[in-house]
Amino acid sequence: MTGRRRQHAETASGKLIRWLLITVALVFLALFLVTPLIAVFAQALDKGWAGYWEAIRDPETLAAIRLTLIAAAIAVPLNTLFGIAAAWSITKFDFRGKNLLITILDLPFAVSPVISGLIFVLIFGAQGWFGPWLADHDIQIIFAVPGIILATIFVTVPFVARELIPHMQAQGREEEEAALVLGATGLQTFFRVTLPNIKWSLLAGVILCTARAMGEFGAVSVVSGHIRGETNTIPLQVEILYQGFNYVAAFAVASLLTFLGLASLIVKKIVEWKTTET
Amino acid sequence: MGIEIHGVSKKFGTFEALKKVDLTVGDRELVALLGPSGSGKTTLLRIIAGLDTPDTGSVLLNGEDATNRGAGERGVGFVFQHYALFRHMTVMENVAFGLRVQPRQIRKSKSDIRDRVMTLLKLVQLDWVANRYPAQLSGGQRQRIALARALAVEPKVLLLDEPFGALDARVRRELRIWLRRLHDEISVSCVFVTHDQEEALEVSDRVAIMDVGRIEQVGTPQNVYDNPANPFVFSFLGNVNLFHGRVKEGKARVGDFDVDAPEHRDASDSPAVGYSRPHEMEVSRERTGSDSLSATIVQIQAVGPNVKLRLKRTDNEDVLDAEVTREKFRELDLKVGESVFVKPRLVRVFISDPSETPLNYQI
Repeated sequence: MTGRRRQHAETASGKLIRWLLITVALVFLALFLVTPLIAVFAQALDKGWAGYWEAIRDPETLAAIRLTLIAAAIAVPLNTLFGIAAAWSITKFDFRGKNLLITILDLPFAVSPVISGLIFVLIFGAQGWFGPWLADHDIQIIFAVPGIILATIFVTVPFVARELIPHMQAQGREEEEAALVLGATGLQTFFRVTLPNIKWSLLAGVILCTARAMGEFGAVSVVSGHIRGETNTIPLQVEILYQGFNYVAAFAVASLLTFLGLASLIVKKIVEWKTTET
Repeated sequence: MGIEIHGVSKKFGTFEALKKVDLTVGDRELVALLGPSGSGKTTLLRIIAGLDTPDTGSVLLNGEDATNRGAGERGVGFVFQHYALFRHMTVMENVAFGLRVQPRQIRKSKSDIRDRVMTLLKLVQLDWVANRYPAQLSGGQRQRIALARALAVEPKVLLLDEPFGALDARVRRELRIWLRRLHDEISVSCVFVTHDQEEALEVSDRVAIMDVGRIEQVGTPQNVYDNPANPFVFSFLGNVNLFHGRVKEGKARVGDFDVDAPEHRDASDSPAVGYSRPHEMEVSRERTGSDSLSATIVQIQAVGPNVKLRLKRTDNEDVLDAEVTREKFRELDLKVGESVFVKPRLVRVFISDPSETPLNYQI
């Protein structure tokens, strides 16, 4: 009888702890994630839809959007190709230096974005290794669009490969080997066997890569030079607007990035659901 | 002509997977590669298929040197242990794959491919699952689809890597009888890898027994079972009892028995080991001669046509296995704990190589 009562008491306190933990988690989420999210849109719409629209239509903002899209349009496909190649070689072949490659792949995650930007200044800047040569040939990389693209590529290198490697490792090599024995060429094997098997994790990797490419601030800030209408990306434009006390415009532009972030989370969730389903 | 393997060696890092292996598989022959894990049997199969390249040696398929040909250009069919079916394709698409990736000049028309696939699916008795996905099939069905897929490109050589390893005992039995029938219907040279000696002996024309990267013996199932070349083959093909002793000028004394060993005529007093199978042990209530061993019954397993006895020698506590017929068992009226006398009817004597570790395979 006492045992039973004790068990009952325990479940009661267990219930209490459960509710306490859930409440703490929810309050924390509301405070640190939901409130800022609401704040972004509230501020952006402070002067109504017209003000919002006005802020977005500003030529400098449009230039920033264009530059961000260009950088992403170059960085994402390049890193997708690289990511597939890296994940393929890491998971399907054994070679010397494989572990080194896996470690180096994470470098952009480990290094502060500001340092990533500085690396390019040191290489291509006026005082950098190739600075004089570039100046002689009238090529500008730092404080220009090429520098922004390079920095974007650098910080987004790991995303696709990181997403693919565990999935490809779990699948093993047997299906590819079966295709090869059946007479398929390397390309046929890739497009008919490998790609269909990895398509969902590839999509997840591409989405994450895109979100980061568009949202990157630190590295891009270092190489950009902040020339209005020329070398500003969306995040840099947000900062400039904000520092110019143009809050509504700053938050309106920021809401674009927020939309992008939310959309990529939703798509990633769908992708995860798809991959567990098959 | 089939398959010829000459002096094939393969190292993975410092591990020698194959050491100068030679093997010939005749046209339309079914050969089993039998050995414990790590003996190199799968590596050898993969080298024949072109999925691994040998460090030295050559592989000839139907008389042509295929050593430097890619896996896709060898005309082999390969069935993987875990099926390796393309999970995003239907059964139909899986079987058609090899035909669809052929170069356009020799590729069959769509309707011909369809006909060929349906013929193959009928051959493996699975034409009714054509539109299903591999995940919707049982293990045995998947394995048969994998076989149909391998056969689609009309290979001259069919290679199977532990084809029934992942299946349960009953399906395994059914499938291996079926595989033998199928092999007799289609004309291919066939090599299959297994670690199950019963499977190898039952299905194949010849068995190649492998250990630590070498082929220890090749022969018909009966030949290798009755005349094992060495202690490893002997112990790998079934349970054995060991008796240590010495051999001198064709006479061996192992345990307490004197045995004629004419094949060791030239031996001058070498350490030797005598081997007997459980069914070669004579069990009796009475001492049948001065060389009978006294033993106690530890365990009786009376399932199947014969009764298996586990005995413990009275003199040195070694465990012996014996098998008697049911009639004999009833006649002797044996019970656990009772004393009996045992004597091997047949002992094969091998001179023991001191460099080799003692073998103790209990399969």
